[in-house]
Amino acid sequence: MAIAEDRRRLAARLQWLRVSVLVVFGLLVGVFWFFQVVQYAKFREMAENNHQRTLALRAPRGVIFDRTGQVLVENRSAFNISIVREHTRDLERTVRLLASVTGVGESHIRDIVERHRREPAYRPIVVVPDATLAQVAAVTARRLDTELPDVVVQEVPTRDYPGRSLAAHLIGYVGEASDQQVGDDGFSAGTIVGQSGVERVYNKLLMGEDGARRVVVNSVGREIRTLEELPPTEGRRVQLSLNYDMQRAAEEAFEAYGYAGAAVVLDPRSGDVLTLTSLPAYDPNAFAAGIDRAAWAALNNDEQRPLQNRAIQGRYSPGSAFKIVVATAALEEGVVTPDRQIFCPGGATFYGRFFKCLGHHGWMDMRQAIEKSCNTYFYTLGNMVGIDRLYEYSEKLGLAGKSGIDLPNEIESIVPSSEWKRQKTGERWYPGETISVAIGQGQLSVTPMSMAVMMASVANGGTRVVPRLVTAIDDGSGEGWQTVPPPANPFPPFLMKPDTVAAVHDGLWFAVNRAGTAGRARIAGRDVSGKTGTAQVISNKGKARAGASEKDLRDHGWFVFFAPKDNPEVAGVVFAEHSEHGYLAAPIARHILATYFAQKDGQPLPQLVVPAPAVPAPVAPAPRGRAAANTAALDP
Amino acid sequence: MLDRRLSFHIDWLLIGAVLILCAVGLAMIYSATGGPTSFYWTQVYAIGLGLVAMIVCLSIDYRSLADKSHLIYLAMVLTLVSVLFLGDVRGGSRRWIDLGPFNLQPSEFAKAIVALMLAKMLGESRRRALTNQDLLFAGVLTGVPLLLIARQPDLGTAVTLLPILVTVAVAAGMPVRYLAALALVAALAAPVAYRFGLEDYQRERIATFLDPDQDPRGAGYQQIQARITVGSGGVWGKGYREGTQGQLRFLPVAHNDFIFSVLAEEQGFAGVVVALGLYLFVILRSIEAARLAKDRQGAYLVLGVLASFTFQVVYNITMSAGLVPVKGLTLPLMSYGGSSMIATLAGFGLILNVRMRRFTN
Repeated sequence: MAIAEDRRRLAARLQWLRVSVLVVFGLLVGVFWFFQVVQYAKFREMAENNHQRTLALRAPRGVIFDRTGQVLVENRSAFNISIVREHTRDLERTVRLLASVTGVGESHIRDIVERHRREPAYRPIVVVPDATLAQVAAVTARRLDTELPDVVVQEVPTRDYPGRSLAAHLIGYVGEASDQQVGDDGFSAGTIVGQSGVERVYNKLLMGEDGARRVVVNSVGREIRTLEELPPTEGRRVQLSLNYDMQRAAEEAFEAYGYAGAAVVLDPRSGDVLTLTSLPAYDPNAFAAGIDRAAWAALNNDEQRPLQNRAIQGRYSPGSAFKIVVATAALEEGVVTPDRQIFCPGGATFYGRFFKCLGHHGWMDMRQAIEKSCNTYFYTLGNMVGIDRLYEYSEKLGLAGKSGIDLPNEIESIVPSSEWKRQKTGERWYPGETISVAIGQGQLSVTPMSMAVMMASVANGGTRVVPRLVTAIDDGSGEGWQTVPPPANPFPPFLMKPDTVAAVHDGLWFAVNRAGTAGRARIAGRDVSGKTGTAQVISNKGKARAGASEKDLRDHGWFVFFAPKDNPEVAGVVFAEHSEHGYLAAPIARHILATYFAQKDGQPLPQLVVPAPAVPAPVAPAPRGRAAANTAALDP
Repeated sequence: MLDRRLSFHIDWLLIGAVLILCAVGLAMIYSATGGPTSFYWTQVYAIGLGLVAMIVCLSIDYRSLADKSHLIYLAMVLTLVSVLFLGDVRGGSRRWIDLGPFNLQPSEFAKAIVALMLAKMLGESRRRALTNQDLLFAGVLTGVPLLLIARQPDLGTAVTLLPILVTVAVAAGMPVRYLAALALVAALAAPVAYRFGLEDYQRERIATFLDPDQDPRGAGYQQIQARITVGSGGVWGKGYREGTQGQLRFLPVAHNDFIFSVLAEEQGFAGVVVALGLYLFVILRSIEAARLAKDRQGAYLVLGVLASFTFQVVYNITMSAGLVPVKGLTLPLMSYGGSSMIATLAGFGLILNVRMRRFTN
């Protein structure tokens, strides 16, 4: 009995045990069902995030060509050394080790990491951009799996400017998208975008589309294999209107003569920008892989302001070059005829004040007055035309306002008018003020770009062109280059009277080819026409007062030009900072023009020969013979 | 020893289920360690040795074994003591005895021996009901090896001895209210133990268990990864050797503590249900062996062996889903580990032994 009862009790307890086991296993099945079936999607995603990484493949930016097919900007391979914090166990240790291996300062690396602290941890932080091969070798030689599991070396296409500082202001530079650009333009942080020049204006075309590579990584972040790869799309190839040889000739000449300044050369028929330079320049390669703070600060604080694009951001008094506008206005308005003679006794009195001329020219007509740059003649004309009509013609010819070139941050050229003065000072315009404006002084303040546009308008007989840089785009569709139509011209058509064109063109031709001020720009058989100008940095009285000031107060020199005289093909301006005289800017223009004609005729390009250290420059226009002897360039 | 009459009563179904689980485990180790590595071959040998141990445990009548249980028990205690002084130190604890070609972990064998000892002691009792004296003595018999193992320290294995005591005691007629009282005491003691009885690292483990995201790259890592491993398996799994979590080492010690997670990842919910079914079958079949046992002693022996097995299976599988703190408790029959495999198969030898001899005198 005892045994039987014993057995029954045991059986009961075993039954109880059986049920508990069944319940527990039932719960386990429930748990696994919940995780594997109900929450499958969530865990699958987590597992994928664990072992799959999507790495951005940076798209090479579009290659930029000049109008002759010369490569201006291309791409090269660079190596970036980055920290992926996701795999970091001890950031301090990584930073220390990386610093000692690469020879980069610890605090520098720490700063960079700190700056990107808020980004997702899986995104690599580039700490050594454009690393040298030695650095790359040193890093990869460490046992990355164990010693530096959170360091990766990536090969990325990086902007390369083979011409170094050539056309730097026009081409611009690239850099990581700023916080503001990330916010406003929707770039993701770390994207390389154009920050100035063409790189910025045409960023959308040039940028291309980044690709992606999905890879499997193991638990320490090493790539095991590639799952799929979406190749990046290279940015569009862009052809600029720029003429490489002319651009180089311009920069070479500036350097040879030792001037800072700017030059702009346009095709007066289309507005194509053939040359656009601003000196001193910078090397955009320094920005390509991320510029360091010290270099950036040095560029920013340089007194010569290499980052400023003087061609569109520098404003200067035009000097005598403004006389072209005065002549055009007077002729167009019928105030005078080209044959009108005015006597120059070395100056004239207007409104009770004597205004000086630099010579005693005697009787002059329009052509001679332009040739000799006779102040008396233009004082008289300016007085007859009046400030508002001068302004009107400045605007028509493109000297006032902005040129509308496709570059960022162009500033307005200022030509005063009575309206302008009333708005600015609340006072009315006094006719006496017009007299100094008539010879390009007073409140005039214009950019080299607007001077070039004005010359193009004068050259083509009155059509104000809009300068443009991009002539063709290759969108990679296989259809080759597609021409970009010139931008719509917003300026009302205006045609100068044939008489006006003839007189002004003759005067400008005389200035270069006869006894004028611009003999140094003369090229045999090319009919260069032009006009010099001197922009006062400070008034004569002020100059006397400033005395031995450290600042460079020497005047700037202008030379505006077009060529040939009939059916001009090029028109432009050379602005030489502190060259003191316009005629010293002329040889630079001559070299650019000589290059243009040599290239056009398939001749070898001219070599620049700089004369022996500048002989003391004569104040009066040089006689023909001497001017020719002083001309700086040889014919090809 | 093993005459034909006896072999007729061998539970071939149980052996079959056990062997299938061993094979599944072996396949998972192969997958998790990336091919025929030394882990794989060690496990193959361990299964072979375990089968030998199983046959040995099957052949000797469990009653003769029970009669010698005090000697066996004593030898075990002495071995455990010697481990504390002579054992190999690995990972900060002394658990192993170096036997030349391989290392033995005596604590794995302690489970079956404690079961045998308790079966003998409580099964022989002539008294109708279990006295408190019996319980106390049983408690001491369990407590001695438990403390010795805990000293190694190997808290995980030490704790698996408790289910043996509780199960055998309950089967032997311990009032269920004692169990309730024990649970209450444990609940009350837990905070005190947490405060004073645990080392810092143990407290940290519990803290991160409660909130793994607190330290996702540190102590909570394994738990989070275990759950991802299991959950990402889905219904049908990622395929054999196709698991990303195990193959790419996001899951630590995948071949050992987390072998079931690997199974769940690669074979999915379907594989989990099959494996759980096999374990459940093994357990229920063993309970059946206990019911059929000729005497109390045999029934208690089966239940004792089964108790630590079941406890470990349930704990490890729960852990593999990231639901309990990570402890160094392996999954019997599947996890990598020689001593564990041999001891577990030997234990099943005892269970088969009891069932096989249900008709003999």
